[in-house]
Parts: sequence; structure tokens; C-alpha cells
Amino acid sequence: MADDAIRCDACPVLCYIKPGRTGSCDRYGNHDGKLVRLDPHVVLDRAVERGDSVVPFLERGRDWDGTLVSHGETFVTAIGAGTTYPDYKPAPFIISSQVEGIDMVTVVTEGIFSYCGVKVKIDTDRHLGPECNAVRSQGEAVGHVTTSEYGSQMLSLGGVRHLTGGSRHEGTATCEALLNLCNGKAVELKIDNGAKVVVQAGKPPVVDGAQEERMRVGCGSATIGMFAKQWFGKVDDVVVVDDHITGVLSEHQAGKLLGVPETGIKLKGRRSTPGRYFQVAEPGTSWGGTDIEDPLTILGKFNARKAWPGLRLLMVSTTGEHHAYFELGEDLKPKEKELPASLKESVARIKENCEPALCTVLFMGGAGGSLRAGVTENPVKLTHSVRDALTRVTCGGAPVYVWPGGGITFMADVTRMPQNAFGYVPTPALVAPIEFTLRLADYAALGGYVGNVRPLSSIAAAEGQRRVTARADNPWPLESAEQKKQ
Amino acid sequence: MRQRAQIRLLPDGRRLHLQDGPIDLIVEAFGAPREIELAYRAAGARFITVLDELCSELPHLRRACLPEQAWPKGSVARRMVAAVMPYATQCFITPMAAVAGAVSEEILAAMLSVAELSRAYVNDGGDIALHLSADESFVVGMVERPDRPSLFGTTTLQAADAVHGVATSGWRGRSFSLGIADAVTVLANRAAAADAAATIIANAVDLPGHPAIVRVPACEMAPDSDLGARPVTQDVGALALKDVNQALNAGAETSRLLLKMGLIQSAALNLQGETRVVGAVGESRRIATPVRERGLVHA
Repeated sequence: MADDAIRCDACPVLCYIKPGRTGSCDRYGNHDGKLVRLDPHVVLDRAVERGDSVVPFLERGRDWDGTLVSHGETFVTAIGAGTTYPDYKPAPFIISSQVEGIDMVTVVTEGIFSYCGVKVKIDTDRHLGPECNAVRSQGEAVGHVTTSEYGSQMLSLGGVRHLTGGSRHEGTATCEALLNLCNGKAVELKIDNGAKVVVQAGKPPVVDGAQEERMRVGCGSATIGMFAKQWFGKVDDVVVVDDHITGVLSEHQAGKLLGVPETGIKLKGRRSTPGRYFQVAEPGTSWGGTDIEDPLTILGKFNARKAWPGLRLLMVSTTGEHHAYFELGEDLKPKEKELPASLKESVARIKENCEPALCTVLFMGGAGGSLRAGVTENPVKLTHSVRDALTRVTCGGAPVYVWPGGGITFMADVTRMPQNAFGYVPTPALVAPIEFTLRLADYAALGGYVGNVRPLSSIAAAEGQRRVTARADNPWPLESAEQKKQ
Repeated sequence: MRQRAQIRLLPDGRRLHLQDGPIDLIVEAFGAPREIELAYRAAGARFITVLDELCSELPHLRRACLPEQAWPKGSVARRMVAAVMPYATQCFITPMAAVAGAVSEEILAAMLSVAELSRAYVNDGGDIALHLSADESFVVGMVERPDRPSLFGTTTLQAADAVHGVATSGWRGRSFSLGIADAVTVLANRAAAADAAATIIANAVDLPGHPAIVRVPACEMAPDSDLGARPVTQDVGALALKDVNQALNAGAETSRLLLKMGLIQSAALNLQGETRVVGAVGESRRIATPVRERGLVHA
């Protein structure tokens, strides 16, 4: 094997690439013994021809000039930067790069976050567990069930009390669960008096072994409103079973407007307004997030003065996953029949209108005094600079939402960061990347370590980089505030 | 982010782009919106592990295919071996000669197993697996020079033609060729079979020892090439018309043999502006109607 060939580890093909040549993908090449990504050179034509979305530095229309990094088209993330906690020294990398003639500084550090956690949104109508109950991983409490949102259940995991405020094992279990969730791995969580749920960022939740497929189209009442016209004339009454609000077509405003006659149907549960019922059953993981397996258990006897033999009744869940069709016998008792073709479409339509159910994981952390001290001699000035939008905060290059109020507490979608962006220390605490980007002049003004600023090219020459393609849907971190406004 | 593979709709909102390492697919399905969605989901789900599966057996797949050897485990790898096996006793060929076609086939199969589609194609850099239901057709364009895309011919495929694979091979393409054809396009009943046959025919379009042809051992350019030290074509100078015809005749002879053996349905061979067609698919749908006239056409 020739010495000058290099092994590309960008994908499992692991090509040996000779100098001046590319690997089998035409995307990575050997440039003077270094592995470089060649998109600007090679893939640009293809990408443009296809009308493809391309990485940000291509959008600037500059050709690859053969150097490893060229000006503002490369952004150094904090992943793998290391940290100097406790921060009596400047952050490991303070990088300057030129953007449109303005010197930009990126202060790159991996923060050790003791004050951190994840907010998890699980798209499901199934009842995962009572609010405030503990969420466990490896038997240890790592967080709790918080609010129900529209079509979703929120969990709040981690936080300093679980990480360092409890037993050693609780801290380690919490740290491991957070690390895996942030790095996009699947984590099994058990909720006290509730469900077992497998959570993975960007993937459907698995609740008690069943993979969730879709979010409900709306609550039972909303579903009646949306589909009343499609049902009218094809069926005499429809019950949309929902743990929150179960809807009944003949009693609902939407049915009344269409002139659907009364059917003498009787729902169990607490009537809210006409055709809308709370608590028709216990919460669970079956029909519409209730515990019922047989939908007839939520119906009382039909009123003999209003119902008639042959009355047609559709019962369906808010996702269309469960449905049953009945006709009343001479005794006015519902008998299950095959769903008529004319109703199949509307059930399918409910299913179609449900969005794919996903788990989403937002990392939330606060940049403490010592981390900020790694950026500037006067930490509060950094906070003010972030507030004044002079400094942009990113997390592994991903955009963040900085909470209003004091400090720098931010949230970021873990799926928008490069792979394995997170690490941990045995404290236990999570290590997360954080970058502060601002103009060099502003950096000097807030007491930055100007003497430690290094040009981007000096990082490029160093060993141990991992170059990744920027995500097209992330804003480019080096874009200045002026450019953003344009 | 989490997976290496990129799975996304192209900005036209109709076609799916799947990319992982060297695999780059453009997928399009036609049918009811719900069916298309199902098909695209299935394509994405199948796609994410394909490269890992292939790489786990890569050393095996890079070796010359021999009739008595053990079969690989992966379903894509098995499609590759099945496609090159007919040539194994005759010449040097590795399963890698059919990798692009085999990947296309696998993804198309995943789509068709879950969805009712009127038409669909999976295009892996010119190696295409396609599906046509009754009364549907596809128009396939052919390009001789990937660096200067312009069509040298088109062909219309219909369901009755039973063509499920289209593949193109040539020295200007992404993989190495032992021959000098600019492009050989093959229609066959399966994409992997078309891919393997295009490689074989493109290798056969050749002028051994001709001074205008620059050949370099494959391993000098790509140390881990499956072709080892075999000389692969790196440049072809301007050739006299009689030389062009001689090279094309050699390729056409191989094509006719493959046609007789039922390995292909049609092949269009292109070298320096001259085209040969062997076999025809359907009536009046002869492959390769030259779009541009380039001098005299010699029989």
C-alpha cells in the first residue's frame, strides 16, 4: 500500500484515496495527504443540476480553492473542543474568521452543564402517566411527567436535582439517559403508574411495546366538526372516541347545522357542551387514548322513543386506528357489522390527516459564570452582548432559543447538531458544545481574550478535525446581524 | 442528523433523494398520494442499512466471482452475485460490477412490496430499476458523456416490454472501465443484470494496443479497487472512423451473444459519436434514435 494514500472514514466503505483523487463517492478527496470534503468542487454541478439543496458555503457560489478552509464558509463547532472547567483560562478555541470583510470571532468551548436537561415532546394520545409522576431509567428517577400539549405529552428530564442532588446511582442513570437522548439514541423510560415508553429524537415513540404511528387529527369534538359533512347521509350517528373530548355527531353543533336527527344515543362520561363529553373512560393506551377495548362500554341504552331498528352507528378513534360499525337490532341493541365501503373512506381520511408521531428532544442548559469567564474577563458583559443580539449563541452549530431573563439559558433541537455532539464527565454532568460568535471589535469591547484569538487557518492545520456538512436548514452561524436582516 | 444516510424530498416535492457514502439515488413513484408516501417511507427505511450491509461483505464482493463460491448474506449482495454469475466462467468480473443496479432493484422492491404504484423508478447514477403497470410507459434518455450531458438517444419502455432495468457503463463514468466505449446503455429484465451486462459490453468495446488509448493500473488510482492491477482506460484520443467501427463491432458481437443468451433485451453502444444498437425492445421503439447527426453513419 502506498504511503501517500489515506484512509477515508466518512462512511463504512473506508476508501484508500491517493493524493489528488477522490473516493468512490466523489465527495471526499485526498488533498496533499489530507482528507477534504469536495462538495464545492465536485458536487456543486450535480447539486445545482438537480435543483438540490446544497451546503451553505456553496450557496455563496464560491468554488473550492483547494484550501482546507476558506474564510466564512467554515464554522468551527465546539464539539470535541474540550473544556477548561473550572475556567480560569480562556476557552480552548477563540477563532477569528473573516465574514464579508468583518473579523468575526467564535469562542468555542464545550461546557460542562450541571444545570441541564432535556425537554421531551412525545406525540401520542395514549396516557403515559399522571402529571408530576417520576420518569425512570434503569429504575432511577431521571425526571417527571409535565404538561399535556395538543396531541403530545411532555416530559422534563434531567436537571441538577437528579444529576447531583440524589444518590450516586440516580445521578449516573440521569446522565446516561440525557447523554443517549441528546446523541440521538433510543432510551427506555418507565413512568410511575404509567407506561413504558421508548424515546428517540426524531423517531416515533414506542408505548408499551406498540409503536405510535400518528398524532390524532384533533380532539373527538374537532374531528366531528371536520368530517360531519362527509358522514352526513351515509350514517345516522358517529361517536369519535377520545380521552379528552369524545364527540357525538347527532348532538354536536356540526350535526345540528346539517340537520342530523336525534338518535337517542346515550354516552357515559361528563357532558361538557352538546355533543362533547369528558371522561367517557379511564385514560389508557387503546381507543383514542382511553383504556377501552370494546367501544360499546361507553354507551348507555338507546332511548327507545328516539332510536329505531336499523339505526347506523360509526364509532372511531381520533387517529382512525380503531373503528367499529354497528346497526341497531329490533331490541335497539347495537350489533357489529362490517364497515360499509361508503364509510371506509372517511375513516381512512382521518388516518391520512394525522401527522406522523415523533419524539422530539430539546437540550436545555445554562451557561454558568465560569463558562462565561472562559469567554471574557467580565462574564456579565457576555450575557448583555447576547441579549443585545451582538453575540450569537449556537450549540454545535445549531440554532438555539435563549430564554429571556437573566443568564444564558438556552434550548436547542438535538437533531440539528452533528452526530455525537454530547459527552459527559463523571461529576456527573453533560458536556455540550457551545459557541459564541461576535465581531472582533465587539469582542474586544466586552473584555475578550483578544490575545488568544487564532486565525481559522491555524485550526485547519491542526490534527483531529471532523468536518461535517452544515445542515441546509440551520442558519449559518457566522452570518452577521446585518446580513440576517437583509 | 443521527444517521449518516440522507433521505429527503427534492425541492420539486415529487422525487426522493437518498444518499449514503457513494450511493446516490433519485427515486420517483407515481400513483395515489398515500401510496407514494408509503413507497417513499419504505424506500427510506430499507435504504438506511444498505451501505452497512454491503460494507460488511465488501472484501468478498470485491473478489472475482467464481461459480463455486459461497453466496453472500445480504440481499443486495446476493442480487449482485446473481447478476454477474452468468459471466463468472467466461471472464474476470466481481459482484461490484452490479452494485448500483442491485441497490436500485432492492429499493424498488421495497417500495413495490408496500404500495400500489402505476410507475416507479430508482436511479442510482444511471443504473435504473423501473416498474410499469399495464398501459404505462417511460421515456428513457441516453447520455454518452456525463461531463457534457446531452441525449444521444431516447427509448420508450412499456409494461409489455418487461424491461425492469436500464444501466449505462463507459470509461467516462464514475467507475473504471477496461474498454473505451463512451457509453453502453443496456436494457434488461432486471437492473442488476443490466448493470453487469453494460460493464461486460463496455469492456468489450476496445482496441487492444492502440496508441491513442491511455491505460493505468486501477490500483494506482484507487488502491482498493476491485480491478486490482488491471489497466483501466483513462483517456482515449481521437480515433479514425475504421478504428471506431472495429471497437464497436467487437462490443456489438458481445452484445449479440448476451442477447442470444437472454441476458439482455437491448444495448446501445456509443463511441466518439458513432452508435450501434443490438436488439430492439418492442416495435418502432428501437433504442437510440440519434438526436444529433454526427457525420456519416457506417453500417
